[in-house]
Amino acid sequence: MELIIQISYLLAAIMFILGLKQMSSPVTARRGIHWAGAGMVVATLVTFAAEEITGNEQASTNVILIIIAIALGGGYAWYTGKRVAMTDMPQMIAMYNGMGGGAAAAIAAVELLKAQAAVSGGYASSVPDYLGADVTILAILGAIIGTIAFSGSIIAWAKLDGRLNSNRLLPQQQLINLILAIVLVAVAVSVYTNGSLNLIIAFFAIALVLGIFITVPVGGADMPVIISLFNALTGLAVGFEGYVLGNAAMIIAGTVVGSAGTLLTHLMAKAMNRSVSNVFFSGFGTGHSAQASGDEDGGTQKEVQAQDAGIMMAYASQVIIVPGYGMAVAQAQHKIWELTQLLTDKGVKVKFAIHPVAGRMPGHMNVLLAEAGVPYDLIYDMEDINADFANTTVTLVIGANDVVNPAAKKDPNSPLFGMPTLHAELSENVIVVKRGRGTGFSGVENPLFVAENTRMLFGDGQKVANELIVAVKELS
Amino acid sequence: MIEGLAAIYIFLLAGFTGFEIISRVPVILHTPLMSGSNFVHGIVLVGAMIALGIAETTSQQVIGFIAVLLAAGNAVGGYVVTERMLEMFKSTNKQGDKK
Repeated sequence: MELIIQISYLLAAIMFILGLKQMSSPVTARRGIHWAGAGMVVATLVTFAAEEITGNEQASTNVILIIIAIALGGGYAWYTGKRVAMTDMPQMIAMYNGMGGGAAAAIAAVELLKAQAAVSGGYASSVPDYLGADVTILAILGAIIGTIAFSGSIIAWAKLDGRLNSNRLLPQQQLINLILAIVLVAVAVSVYTNGSLNLIIAFFAIALVLGIFITVPVGGADMPVIISLFNALTGLAVGFEGYVLGNAAMIIAGTVVGSAGTLLTHLMAKAMNRSVSNVFFSGFGTGHSAQASGDEDGGTQKEVQAQDAGIMMAYASQVIIVPGYGMAVAQAQHKIWELTQLLTDKGVKVKFAIHPVAGRMPGHMNVLLAEAGVPYDLIYDMEDINADFANTTVTLVIGANDVVNPAAKKDPNSPLFGMPTLHAELSENVIVVKRGRGTGFSGVENPLFVAENTRMLFGDGQKVANELIVAVKELS
Repeated sequence: MIEGLAAIYIFLLAGFTGFEIISRVPVILHTPLMSGSNFVHGIVLVGAMIALGIAETTSQQVIGFIAVLLAAGNAVGGYVVTERMLEMFKSTNKQGDKK
């Protein structure tokens, strides 16, 4: 039986890797998740036959508890996962990721408690004497990482879900975090050498608080980077706990996610022109707001009505639509796709330009557009379309702001300076659909809005899109 | 079982594999892939089941129960969300779009 279990774990690990590989192309992506899902089912089922579970004196109670816990946790996740709106995906991923981190930490807690019980019962002289030095170290490391990923992800979820708006916790937050981290290491060392129950509890409590403290000051625009990082960290924690339990599937899957997630985090941070350490150590959009508001010599914003904007677009040769998170919040993507179809019927070439960090995460906007039915061959990445803006009659910016901010290339004082942007300002006309006159997600002024060739179209995204559709329809 | 040097080999090779998978991914799939990798570390469920399986005292059982509860949420939620996202990727040809 043991052999069958081990082979099944290996099979599951292979299916995870092949599944992830297939998820890296839009054509095979769906098959990829099905493969990975099948691997998970196989691994879960064979575990019921594992000796650790069947050999325990309390096997019957524990198996019932396992089934109840899977039903409750899985049921909750199934229900929420099916119901969540596409725009809210990032925070749901953060939530599920946090659960995984918490689970890894809880595994470590059970191991440490068992060792502690053995020590106080006199069966072993110390925690590493019972578990082994290597296992103890990795259990503690996995516990730290998993716990931080757990509490940090929950904070990330709360912030993205609009339940927590504060960016500040305490004065000298970074110094406090540093001290807390040092204390955590010290406590971790004494858990290793001493391992009393109180120390173990204190250890987890400090790690929990540290995860909260790290995440609260992170600005909204940096959230995807943090979520991606926590995803990688959870993977690592799972890999470590896999070693603790001697479980090959956990080691392989956890480590694959750990390294893949680290690279993904790096790619995301690069796309936003932020280094990962930058994300942690500066509250983006909190420190710069004062400087931005003093900058009022840029000119005024010129308004346009939806009808005129519709006519401009209907007689254009090429229209590029730059969607942002604001469009998704207004649920305007379906209307925008309808508008696109109308324009295409009139012979206008319509393209969608997606900035790498449009939406709340790289690729988030593609998902939102895909949901509305926009085929992915109309959607262009930044590198592919930036040269095309100069040949474009109208660029429609809807619900986007920072990703089309020309200050990012021109103004060294701008907090966005150096971030690659979509060169919307190069097209003949720019129409910006926006709810109001305020600044964007990062709180930075946008000189595009006062540019000579820019017209502002104020209003709710969905309403404006509707008016544009009516305007274009009237022309036929 | 898996100890010492053998474990280091596994960690290293798995690490390279993860890098290799991500390095050629188009930006449009970053979010689904992050969600997919989020699902994959849901394998922690297996470990959580074992942790609850080896639990002897009530406190260990409580923590093990929490572990399985959270891990099941990770695995199921990760799957559902990823599936829903990937369901939507289709190209012009497939849906027979008019010119």
